[in-house]
Amino acid sequence: MSLSVSVRKRLSASFSLDVSFTAPPGITIVFGASGSGKTTLLRCLAGLARPDAGRIAIGQQVVFDSAEGRHVQAHRRNVGYVFQQLALFPHMSVAHNLEYGLARESSDVRRARTRAIAESLRISHVLGRKPAAISGGERQRAALARSLVTDPSLLLLDEPLTALDHVAQTRIIEDLRSWNAAHGIPILYVTHAHREVFALGERVIVLDQGRLAAEGTPYDVMETPAHEPLARLAGFENFFDTRVGTRRTEAGTMLCRLEATNAELEVPLSETPTGSRVRVAIRAGDILLATEEPRGLSARNILLGRLISLTREGTTSIAEVDAGARFVVRLTPSACESLGLAIGDRVWLIIKTHSCRIVST
Amino acid sequence: MTTVDWPAIFLSVRLAAIVAVMLVAVGLPIAHWIAFSRRRWKFLVEAVVALPLVLPPTVLGFYVLVAIGARSPIGRAWTAWTGRGLAFTFEALVFASILYSLPFTVQPIAAAFSQVDPTLMEASSTLGASRWRTFCRVVLPLSVEGVIAGTVLTFAHTLGEFGVVLMVGGNLPGVTRTVSIAIYDQVQAFQYDTANQTALLLLAFSFVVLAGVYALRGKPWSVVPLP
Repeated sequence: MSLSVSVRKRLSASFSLDVSFTAPPGITIVFGASGSGKTTLLRCLAGLARPDAGRIAIGQQVVFDSAEGRHVQAHRRNVGYVFQQLALFPHMSVAHNLEYGLARESSDVRRARTRAIAESLRISHVLGRKPAAISGGERQRAALARSLVTDPSLLLLDEPLTALDHVAQTRIIEDLRSWNAAHGIPILYVTHAHREVFALGERVIVLDQGRLAAEGTPYDVMETPAHEPLARLAGFENFFDTRVGTRRTEAGTMLCRLEATNAELEVPLSETPTGSRVRVAIRAGDILLATEEPRGLSARNILLGRLISLTREGTTSIAEVDAGARFVVRLTPSACESLGLAIGDRVWLIIKTHSCRIVST
Repeated sequence: MTTVDWPAIFLSVRLAAIVAVMLVAVGLPIAHWIAFSRRRWKFLVEAVVALPLVLPPTVLGFYVLVAIGARSPIGRAWTAWTGRGLAFTFEALVFASILYSLPFTVQPIAAAFSQVDPTLMEASSTLGASRWRTFCRVVLPLSVEGVIAGTVLTFAHTLGEFGVVLMVGGNLPGVTRTVSIAIYDQVQAFQYDTANQTALLLLAFSFVVLAGVYALRGKPWSVVPLP
């Protein structure tokens, strides 16, 4: 069963969602910044919002078709939806939450299915408790179980695991994957964290301002972003205007001079002719920093610069280095400490050729 | 020395109980509409529902009297159905009291409904529940305190109403003579002791009811209907 989507929905004078894609069975990540239309897309798929135009088919079941005036209501779509806020019913026990979607089944079937899904998601021990009396991770599992127990033909997850740590997140996703091995439904997982894209998805679609900016495997989309907005979403923080200099066809590289500087970067060869301007993107985490001039390295780009700022952001330190152009470098606080960095120090930046991406603006 | 007018008290309790039950039935759909409708003209309905809070009871009573009079469509329909007039009957009191106490039922219930997280209702519908099932299983249980507050306030308010009752029902012992009219009569007849006893009963009862509602909600300010 796969999901086929083509929807248009105008939300305001300046924003409209307009996307078409298909999602095969398995997890498809819907990635995009806040306000890119991810939740609106999910709401259209679940029947909680009505698109202005388009067609939505889950397998053979057409749930929306503007040409035919067809709009199947949310409660008849059999679409599982795990909300960002989880939306567990606070006045019911976890067991009653799980049984809620099985109203048409006999009480024996309800109980059996609730027990089975609770076991597979490891929440059997909290079935008798109210949502307020269980942990955050258990609540997330309960919300997921409530959606899965109805055997949905499509599952939508709206950043349900953002609050969890990486390990807990991965465990839940593993459980979800093993559930889906037997069911084979398309699962759309919305996130704005690029870390989750690699960890969770087999496929990713990227939304940018209501449009489909890219789709493919996480590696294709996130590691080789085609244009700057997508590269920013994918976690690239350094962007430079450069001019193509020497092209080394045999080596598969070319030299690009950073505009208004003498600094040169060796980047992967593209079809851009010598003399033309290109935009180069580099992840802040892909740049190494040294306090002595490095020798005998395979990395082709070694730039001398001066440390101009050093700040802490969560678990990483961010260094700004002026090497003709301003570079942002992410490093661990312990690395920062062992290097004994101080503002004004001379530092060398080390950048592998293949850490440089050419993007269109 | 005369005694407390028990028939008037029983009549008031009966009237208040009937009105409270009927108003829950009438008020729930109105409150639901007010809480969840996105119509632009919703404020007009809200204003109409709130009118009895600011209208002098005599004004409301006057218009109800005109509306149920022998020449009015409602009065004629009632006479055709029952064979007697509607004005100055117990049924007229019920009708007038429903209008007069409408905001006391609708506003606390609508406030409770609008505090229910809309995501819970959406979750319910993605789990296959119709709007009716969502209302019964999610919205209503989460608003039960508002419904109880609305019902109790309506009961207490109806129990003590005076102006509308006098305009629409008059003062017929055992039929339309409620406790507040009995107190008025007793004062007119200089029977202050009896009036005091009856008034004290009403005062104590009103206090107990309100204290109960506030204790239940734990948020006194959210119970009082907004003018």
